[in-house]
Amino acid sequence: MNQPLDPGAIVTRAEVEDFLYHEAALLDDWKLDDWLALLTDDASYYVPPNDKPDADHRFTLFTVADDIVRLRERIIRLKDPNCHAEYPPSRTRRMISNVRITGVEDGLISVAANFAIFRHRRNEPVREFVGRYRHKLKRTDAGLKIHERRAILDAEELGRMGSVSFLL
Amino acid sequence: MTEYRQGNGSGNGHGSGNGRFVVEDLENLTFSVNRKVFVSDDVLEGEHRAIFDKCWVYVGHASEVKNPNDFRTRQVAGRPVIFCRDRTGTVRALINSCRHRGALVCREREGNARQFYCIYHGWSYNTDGSLKGIPGDDAYPPGYDKTKKGLVPVPRLEHYKDFYFVNFDHDAPDLHTYLAGAKDYIDLIVDQSPSGRMEIISGVQEYDIKANWKLLVENSVDDYHLVTTHSTWLNYMRNSGVNVSPAKGHMLPTKGFGLDLGNGHLTTDNPNYRGRPVAKWIAVYGEEAKADIDAIRKELVERLGEARAARVADTNRNLCVFPNLVINDGSSVTVRNFFPVSPGHMRVTAWALGPVEETEAQRARRLHAFLTFYGPGGFATPDDVAALELAQQGFAAWREVPWSDLSRGMGSSQEQLATDEGHLRVFWRKWSELMEARP
Repeated sequence: MNQPLDPGAIVTRAEVEDFLYHEAALLDDWKLDDWLALLTDDASYYVPPNDKPDADHRFTLFTVADDIVRLRERIIRLKDPNCHAEYPPSRTRRMISNVRITGVEDGLISVAANFAIFRHRRNEPVREFVGRYRHKLKRTDAGLKIHERRAILDAEELGRMGSVSFLL
Repeated sequence: MTEYRQGNGSGNGHGSGNGRFVVEDLENLTFSVNRKVFVSDDVLEGEHRAIFDKCWVYVGHASEVKNPNDFRTRQVAGRPVIFCRDRTGTVRALINSCRHRGALVCREREGNARQFYCIYHGWSYNTDGSLKGIPGDDAYPPGYDKTKKGLVPVPRLEHYKDFYFVNFDHDAPDLHTYLAGAKDYIDLIVDQSPSGRMEIISGVQEYDIKANWKLLVENSVDDYHLVTTHSTWLNYMRNSGVNVSPAKGHMLPTKGFGLDLGNGHLTTDNPNYRGRPVAKWIAVYGEEAKADIDAIRKELVERLGEARAARVADTNRNLCVFPNLVINDGSSVTVRNFFPVSPGHMRVTAWALGPVEETEAQRARRLHAFLTFYGPGGFATPDDVAALELAQQGFAAWREVPWSDLSRGMGSSQEQLATDEGHLRVFWRKWSELMEARP
């Protein structure tokens, strides 16, 4: 990964796909510290509300709107056995597809993708979280990093999905 | 605590809650709820008739239908309802069912419409519910009275300070009487706005919990569970520089109370430690927010005086309006209500509430503070959901383990702490009274 630090560098879809698959594998394996290392120091993570999928978290109540400080706290929480909603950790499996590079601006690579996450817990029916990613990636000396991560659910309401207690 | 009311006794010395499912033993100081009430279809049917069809049930906030012809569709006590403001500005709650053959006449979640229109045969209605038109109306007999074919309004619709409630019982007492002491606590929430106008903020959280609806009533006001269920949230606060060490002799950082507000309504009333957007700074807000919080505080003092300002800004309350409206005025303000789908399944709707005057920075801070604790992606609510779902799973053995225990604090003849269960017993006594009275 000896890519030059060039905001205008063309990034290939294959490169972005490799990155997203790697990220998904870390999350499915609950390697959350390794996942955190994929983020920039000013990263943010959003799950908009189902009724306002394209809204701005400053004016609209989101399901999740983490800056990097709270995101780090979220990882601490998720690793804690007292995170009851995720203990024992859910078994998740992420399918990521329809990956597109939708723009490169100010050194940020806009990426769109679809996701389907299957979440399994003992004695519970499988819960499916389906939607689209809208990420902003940044090329650094250490490879691609996540600057902004947005997981937008398709469902009209969370409903049977219940809590969004793991990372989408 | 001038608002304090005894949450423990019932006045007659025998425990008004006593019945088939709720047993209060004032001799041995125990309070028990039979777990059948969480699993039985018969009990749920009884609740629909004796509680949801008789009590005032929250439908929406005036700010959700700001302009003439604004509407929201929602399920209220199992019925499809259009909550709207008509052309002339009157707020309405109409049954969303065509008078002709029953189909919903409004399918969108929200919007602004000049009419409601049935896609089946084309009957249309004005936003005040009156019938607007029938295609081919010459086929109806002479004397067919179209003025009597409007959308049916919910029998009663009243509001207190913009919180609208419906009642399916024509003969129910008026809302203000019904709300009793809960009004004082709604006042404390509304006083956060300089103009007395709060608004529902855009973005709704709608999620299911696989547990009986009454468990969320208990959970919403139960401070006993905070330390165990929410230790990861407490860690987060601690890591952020907020002092969450228990006060001497208490389970929580401050000594709070659980209060009986009459008519089955109840609240916690706690000195704040967890920060309040109006207006108590904590480190989570960041240094840059200090001056702004001070300014909000100053406005409160100027408008309300020192004592009332302190009451608004330095105390938290988790308010339950019987049977199923909860307003948590703590880290932020959340309005949530919930209805049973089946004995073991509820559907929750939650909103954020804030003063209409808030600046962008204040609103952003309020929403950020909301998500530190509340909601399906918050640091606390998912663990509440987990606890409630585990309880529901345990209730499968209700025949072998028939009784839940809510005796905490019964030995205390004076005040009931928020970590006691005196305020939970308030709910159960009212629940039992209504359920025992049904035919």
